[in-house]
Amino acid sequence: MKFLTEFRDPELVHEYVAELHKITTKSWTLMEICGGQTHSLVKNGLLDLLPEKITMVHGPGCPVCVTSVSVIDEAVWLAEQPNVILCSFGDMLRVPGSKKSLLEAKAIGADVRILYSPLEAVEIARKNPEKEVVFFAVGFETTAPANALSVMHAAQQGILNYSILASHVLVPPAMEAILSDEANTIDAFLAAGHVCTIMGMDEYYPVAEKYQIPIVVTGFEPVDLLQGILMAVRQLEKGQHLVENQYARSVQREGNKTAQATIQKVFAVNDRVWRGIGSIPQSGYEVNEAYRAHNARIKFFIDIPFAEENKECISGDIMKGLKKPKQCPNFGTKCKPEHPLGAPMVSSEGACAAYYHYNFQPEESGSHI
Amino acid sequence: MCLAIPGKIIAITEQLDETFRKGKVSFGGIMKEINLFMVPEAKIGDYVLVHVGVAINVVDEEEAKKTFNYLKQMGEVEELESPDSTNL
Ligand code: SF4
Repeated sequence: MKFLTEFRDPELVHEYVAELHKITTKSWTLMEICGGQTHSLVKNGLLDLLPEKITMVHGPGCPVCVTSVSVIDEAVWLAEQPNVILCSFGDMLRVPGSKKSLLEAKAIGADVRILYSPLEAVEIARKNPEKEVVFFAVGFETTAPANALSVMHAAQQGILNYSILASHVLVPPAMEAILSDEANTIDAFLAAGHVCTIMGMDEYYPVAEKYQIPIVVTGFEPVDLLQGILMAVRQLEKGQHLVENQYARSVQREGNKTAQATIQKVFAVNDRVWRGIGSIPQSGYEVNEAYRAHNARIKFFIDIPFAEENKECISGDIMKGLKKPKQCPNFGTKCKPEHPLGAPMVSSEGACAAYYHYNFQPEESGSHI
Repeated sequence: MCLAIPGKIIAITEQLDETFRKGKVSFGGIMKEINLFMVPEAKIGDYVLVHVGVAINVVDEEEAKKTFNYLKQMGEVEELESPDSTNL
């Protein structure tokens, strides 16, 4: 428990850990959905505090990790068009496409810019009317309202040289896809707090019921995670399968209605290919017909061939909870943050990068950083 | 990039119509222009949870401060300073 004194509320952390050890009688496997939670669990050394009987597996909630190779190829293609400024969140730049990453495209002259917010991209479009500005709009439900707002904003101001390449993904269909895989061993989910801040909790009740599985909406700080795990294990030990809210300080059952309305105004639900997992029906957002003038796929007639994924990367098995990062034969050897084979080694929210940075001595594999 | 960071609304800077309500938000001294469309109830002095430039929720002051300190301690607030955002 070397980190214990550094936590916010160390007494609470201590209390939750002790309680967990006391009540756990059987072996349970829990999956946290959100990459931010994965990062926090590993970085804070929480996995070492849990009873041995509790296994945490790390879900698909890292947008960088699940954006398909083909979509990266689309972004790279767009960046290489003359007159295009491609804007993106920084994390996406190093994700390998089938030929190159956005960073490599940038190195050979493409105008690729890293932004904090899609609204900044609208501003760039306004100031550069002779250029086409495209925002690479990835993310889960948390990010969808901001990306939608950027489109509404551009439309309202008549900024027609702004479009987005949408690659949005949704949590509940992914949970169902994971649970439908017969090999899965997941007993409970920690749902992602900030996703639920937007969407609320209503989508989760049918999932908990259908698969008889506890779902606890959980925050991302150490105390949140431990309390979420404790709430889930309490349910499991009692044979319950409820939807509970650990993160009530940020999540209301109905979510943020304005944000939901914004999403609905701009996006339509569509099928989406998840990197490592494959196509999941009705699991993403695409720009809807009303805003087609701001859909980069339509505007630029993008027609990129479907790209195969790197077979050496087992990220799909990791995000489905079937394997842990260190079980990948390439972990820390052929695949490292400096030269990632797969996306989960790129982003700090990716499970492989989290283990590489905080739960791994490179000597273990005989290699050095 | 999935992180939401709490900050304090210092000023309402623009209110052209509903969508364009913007404010100046302080994240422990780092000032950013933030869109306030999703939090119509938020006032100057309130703490909001901000994700990629958009406030998604009003949060309790004490909780906001604790969360911000945690994020800062963990080195997670750097995303507020993306390289190409500084000179738009
Ligand atoms: S270690 Fe690398 S190759 Fe293996 S699953 Fe993770 S990202 Fe893929």
